[in-house]
Amino acid sequence: MKILVCISKTPDTTAKIAFTDNNTKFSEAGVQFIINPYDEWYALVRALELKEAQGATVHLITVGGADTEAVIRKALALGGDEAFRVNSDSQDSFFIASQIAEIAKQEQYDIIFTGKETIDYNGSSVGGMVAELLGLPFVSIASKLDVNGGTATLKREIEGGEEVVEVSLPLVLSAQKGMAEARIPNMRGIMAARTKPLKVVEPAAAETLTSIVSFELPPAKAGVKMIPADQVEELARLLHEEAKVI
Amino acid sequence: MSVIIFADQFQGKVKKSALEAVQYGAQIAQQLGVPAVAVAVGEIDGAELSALGQYGATKVLHVADARLNEPEAGAVTKIVAEAVAKENGAVIVFAHNFAGRSIAPQLSARLKAGFVAGAIGLPDTSAGFVVKKNVFSGKAFANVSITTGKKIVSVMPNTFSLNPGGGSASVEAFAAGLGDADFKIKTVKVETVSGEVPLTEAEIVVSGGRGLKGPEHWGIVEDLAHALGAATACSRPVADSGWRPHHEHVGQTGFTVRPNLYIAIGISGAIQHLAGVNGSKTIVVINKDAEAPFFKAADYGIVGDAFEVVPKLTEAVKKYKGN
Ligand SMILES: Cc1cc2nc3c(=O)[nH]c(=O)nc-3n(C[C@H](O)[C@H](O)[C@H](O)COP(=O)(O)OP(=O)(O)OC[C@H]3O[C@@H](n4cnc5c(N)ncnc54)[C@H](O)[C@@H]3O)c2cc1C
Repeated sequence: MKILVCISKTPDTTAKIAFTDNNTKFSEAGVQFIINPYDEWYALVRALELKEAQGATVHLITVGGADTEAVIRKALALGGDEAFRVNSDSQDSFFIASQIAEIAKQEQYDIIFTGKETIDYNGSSVGGMVAELLGLPFVSIASKLDVNGGTATLKREIEGGEEVVEVSLPLVLSAQKGMAEARIPNMRGIMAARTKPLKVVEPAAAETLTSIVSFELPPAKAGVKMIPADQVEELARLLHEEAKVI
Repeated sequence: MSVIIFADQFQGKVKKSALEAVQYGAQIAQQLGVPAVAVAVGEIDGAELSALGQYGATKVLHVADARLNEPEAGAVTKIVAEAVAKENGAVIVFAHNFAGRSIAPQLSARLKAGFVAGAIGLPDTSAGFVVKKNVFSGKAFANVSITTGKKIVSVMPNTFSLNPGGGSASVEAFAAGLGDADFKIKTVKVETVSGEVPLTEAEIVVSGGRGLKGPEHWGIVEDLAHALGAATACSRPVADSGWRPHHEHVGQTGFTVRPNLYIAIGISGAIQHLAGVNGSKTIVVINKDAEAPFFKAADYGIVGDAFEVVPKLTEAVKKYKGN
């Protein structure tokens, strides 16, 4: 089995969100970067579990500049076998998906994993686009994946319920909480990652379909109104009469 | 030209998030002076479909194929693409829900139409087509320009309140010529949690954190949720410890919710938790620690012991809920 895991670099969850250049650029000053949690905790770890249980080669791919290499090395340290970095800073989902599809066409994977979404741009788009570009089925927001021969069984927690679906490989999926438990790379993995192949490729020609015009921060809250613990009825009254939400 | 809206259903009823998408699409259609055409799939009552007119749909194209009661993403992508061709769709709208998240990106790649996921504002068409969306999991917004001729937008659930009017849409049977090869994903089992409010669509969410000390104490959360007709949610460590199911985990690495009212009980208000809930219109925090960071993000707060405060709140809200 041959598996590809798409890895995105995102700011740490505690990073201060600020913008520069007249609110057109995310301010990276002092920001730590991590592997997008959905890519790492669920997609990558599930891929590694499949490798351990059934034997598989796990490739990683990221579309990003040289500064994404620390993140991809960490993914290799967790157990990926080799990695591709497509050298581009593009933020457009379609451009990114086109690059991933280009590599996937050459490599012919059985399973392509993405995370449910990235925690920075929250696009939840790349997986579906890659599937379409490759003509493969796409199962989004899967919380469980089992592979038996050429068939994948996936669970999705949809609005108001849960569904189990079956798909023949190859497929593309986006991974959600529940699929695996986060792991920490060990020393051996970290050492091994240094010498694992990381191929840098230049981007293929592809269109961009969107562009970010500007960023905004949410308006500040007006301030909290405190209600004494012995006047709970007052809270209910305020929610009814002032906030009008009950 | 037209605006095409995918109106997905669950067990024969159009989802609330889909009604919001229809209304959003109809508003764009009105701006552009073109018809708003909804696309529905699977077995649904004609009356349920013509009622989409109340949200501004002029016409509904209905593919009444029972195989689509669970909207197979590949098949629906094909249907919507054909509807776009037939009706000369310029803007295509989805709900940013489970179906929308799988179908919209596939359609985007198929039509080479730019896609903005999770819109929280109507498009600004004064210079191009710019849509506001959440980024950094709700810690900021981005204004994104779609630079292609056709445009795809998915609408963040619970962002636009529904204002049904008196209209009625015409319903037209639509055949998209689906073959077996279009159904690559087979649904083998569907389990529905009946009577429960889906978390991402809920107008009120009651959420519990580690301050509740253990799963055996969730009764007070559920009682309050029940009195309010609310969905229940939790913080990440609560789901990680198995006190509550994973699909209740909200925050930066869980679900994003935008209810009218979010009640946080025994949750400290870590930045990763706030990210998933700070789009809520009103936030109530109940925490025994006056220094809990959540109070800074709250509209109303009570410093007190959840085990005393919450049952009293349940009794107090019953008065306003009439039960
Ligand atoms: C990469 C990353 C991603 C993360 N993503 C998420 C996420 O998506 N969602 C999320 O929620 N967290 C997330 N976290 C975890 C987050 O940092 C916090 O650890 C978590 O939100 C804390 O949960 P809590 O508030 O339930 O527990 P605690 O922080 O332990 O807080 C419990 C609170 O309960 C109060 N309390 C105790 N007893 C009572 C009582 N009797 N009555 C009233 N109040 C009481 C305490 O004063 C305290 O404020 C993430 C962390 C990381 C590192």
